[in-house]
Amino acid sequence: MDVFVDAIRQAIQLLLSGDPYLWQIVSRSLQVSGLAVLLGLLAGIPLGTWLGLARFPGRGIAVALVNTGLALPPVVVGLFVYVTLSRQGPLGSLGWLYTPSAMVSAQFVLAAPYVAAITLAAVQSVPPDLRLQARALGASRWQALLLHLREARLSLMAAVAAGFGAVISEVGAVIMVGGNVHGETRVITTAIVLETRRGQFATAMALGLILLAIAFTANAFITRVQQAQPRRRRPLAS
Amino acid sequence: MPAFREAHPEYRVRVIAVGSGEALRLAARGDADVVLSHSPRAEEEFMAAGYGGARRQVMFNDFLIVGPSGDEASRCRRLDVASALTCLAESGALFISRGDDSGTHAKERLLWTAAGVEPEGDWYLEAGQGMGAVLMMASEKGAYTLSDRGTYLSMRERLRLEVLVEGDPVLRNQYAVITVRDASNLEGARAFAEWIAAPNAQALIGEFGVERFGRPLFSPNAAAR
Amino acid sequence: MDVPPESRIEALLRGEGLLRTYEGRRVVDVDWIEVRTGEVLALLGPNGAGKSTLMRLLAALEPADAGRVLYRGREARRSDPEFRRAAVAVLQKSYLWRGTVVQNLEFGLKVRRVSAQVRRERVRGVLEALQITHLTEAPVDTLSGGEAQRVALARAMALEPEILFLDEPTADLDVTVRRGWLADLERIVRHAAPAIVLITHDPGEAFALADRVVVIEEGRIVQEGAPPDIFEAPATEFVASFTGAEFMLDGEVTETREATLIVRLDSGQALEAAGRAEVGGRVRVAYRPEDVIIGLPSSSTTSARNRFTGRVARLHPQGGLVRTRLEIDGLSLEVLITRHALEELGLAVGVPVVAQMKATALHVFPV
Repeated sequence: MDVFVDAIRQAIQLLLSGDPYLWQIVSRSLQVSGLAVLLGLLAGIPLGTWLGLARFPGRGIAVALVNTGLALPPVVVGLFVYVTLSRQGPLGSLGWLYTPSAMVSAQFVLAAPYVAAITLAAVQSVPPDLRLQARALGASRWQALLLHLREARLSLMAAVAAGFGAVISEVGAVIMVGGNVHGETRVITTAIVLETRRGQFATAMALGLILLAIAFTANAFITRVQQAQPRRRRPLAS
Repeated sequence: MPAFREAHPEYRVRVIAVGSGEALRLAARGDADVVLSHSPRAEEEFMAAGYGGARRQVMFNDFLIVGPSGDEASRCRRLDVASALTCLAESGALFISRGDDSGTHAKERLLWTAAGVEPEGDWYLEAGQGMGAVLMMASEKGAYTLSDRGTYLSMRERLRLEVLVEGDPVLRNQYAVITVRDASNLEGARAFAEWIAAPNAQALIGEFGVERFGRPLFSPNAAAR
Repeated sequence: MDVPPESRIEALLRGEGLLRTYEGRRVVDVDWIEVRTGEVLALLGPNGAGKSTLMRLLAALEPADAGRVLYRGREARRSDPEFRRAAVAVLQKSYLWRGTVVQNLEFGLKVRRVSAQVRRERVRGVLEALQITHLTEAPVDTLSGGEAQRVALARAMALEPEILFLDEPTADLDVTVRRGWLADLERIVRHAAPAIVLITHDPGEAFALADRVVVIEEGRIVQEGAPPDIFEAPATEFVASFTGAEFMLDGEVTETREATLIVRLDSGQALEAAGRAEVGGRVRVAYRPEDVIIGLPSSSTTSARNRFTGRVARLHPQGGLVRTRLEIDGLSLEVLITRHALEELGLAVGVPVVAQMKATALHVFPV
């Protein structure tokens, strides 16, 4: 038990002292995962919206595929991205392996289907006639679509928070394609692995506390969003 | 391990494979009964701190400096490590370090000190990973690194790396077996330590790797000075 | 139905040969239909009759499988901005978007890039017209059903369309709310737009609000005319029963006269009824329970030709009205009278009564 208490105490001291090694790692984590989620949004929201609203043969399969995006194992994604970016792989000429670009790529592959799956569900939860009503008031096709998305925006925001929480805490993909190189590709999760192995429990604990704080914040945001869902005074329509 | 179990069926052995540094730390915490490590400095500290019961050398293998192939890359090929490292540092070639306080990492730091070079800069990368992962990285990036012969040989077909320096006596990597003084299974620990230093086990060690690589990976020296 | 010459009446919107099938079923099959300036037109029919779909076709919100819709002689398209300015629809569920009432009201105006000042004026105008000024800044999810309907209507009226489509504006409301809303609608609807198309399944609502009613059954128009015409002269059995003449008597035509027929009912009695049919043909006679005049045997007769003596068989009080069943020699008649009348006449089960019906209150349909 002492081990715990000591480690936590030292961890807090480290955090408060503004140790540059720590904060450089945290900042990189936020940048890598942040960029990955941002790109994931750009790809996932249109994909999820289209799948949610369009009708075409084979849609069922496409939806099932995208929904598995909610459960993609990070190590498997890491494996595929590694092989793709390695020198013999199809994108080896990019030279991205063991750089932050590879990490962003791998986390993007994790985040995009995640965002798409949740967007899909959110978009379908808005009544389809909402767009028709907008058009009946003079809106163009795109204005009506944007309105539809706006109606689902709370769920979309929760999706983003969930996706961010998921990628920033994964370690499998990011250690394989990034290499945990000091000063370049070391992020919170990979650093925790290393520091624990090295016996530097205080450092590992400090990083762990930060990661917990990030996860907690993301979760708190999602919870607030869910609680803010409108409750009608009396049912509008049966 | 199977041989030990055959010789001593009364003991159950659980093997935890980690770097030497971590192994010794585990033992210091009481999470291990006997340690097989290859980090003499760390081992000496361990003994001095009173964690160890008895320590004896078991075998040695050697380290290699490996790097990309090609004329350009072999410019720094030397017979002695110190001048090779100095040459690498001056040319600014990429060098990848284990960076994880393992036995290999400790050895590497010693070599740099002996060469009188302070390794820092864009060309010196500290990966925080195991030997296999670091070799893959070096292969991908066309970089140099320090590796034990065993791991290098076992992965050689998949790597684009050649030996740059070998044979320098300073590259010798001595393994020792240490029983933990406060071990929970002291009897088993002692049995293992004795067994591995005995002729049977030593002979096994001497043959290990011959079939696959054509030469033994380890040289038993429990009996030597 | 005869097609009126187009030059005679100002047809703002005209649908021709409109056909819409869905999953193999014909949902709309209308030869022609017109919406005229200055009128309130009701599309009346039971649920599933296709009236909502017809509305969407006329408002060019859905493409028809065949046929076309002409706005002032030009074909109307969903994406045509001029038509969209002219025709605005309020769909059945109010579909207000997240935000405040004012944000919803401004929506269509913002889409049209109307200036902020004009927007404010228009919004103020409709808030007053619909008496919801007190809800201006209210978030939409705090509104009750009735309030939401008002906001939805206000939102459409703010655009000052030429044709306003209202899909079941009183459906989904509680009874009390509905009554008040209907009363307001009567007042508002006149001035809401030059032409209004109202979709409803309630004949009472259609008759109260509309100048002209189109009755729809299974996607087809079965009758068209002013409310009194439909009420007094339903064209088919369906229209009759849908508009309240739900009680049917079976019989055979024995004689034809100038404007009426004599029908011998299966139960034996002879009725003089309005309608056209062949002698010897089987018919159904429809009547409204409120058109049966009850009196005591001693009271004087009216001009009603059809007069029968019988007894009160059952009484079903329904609030202020009483549904009464009379037995007349094998013929059962359902009658609707007020409680007051019931008491005045001293009616109770078994009491003998005289029932009379005007020939014009009996509608004959060939079977």
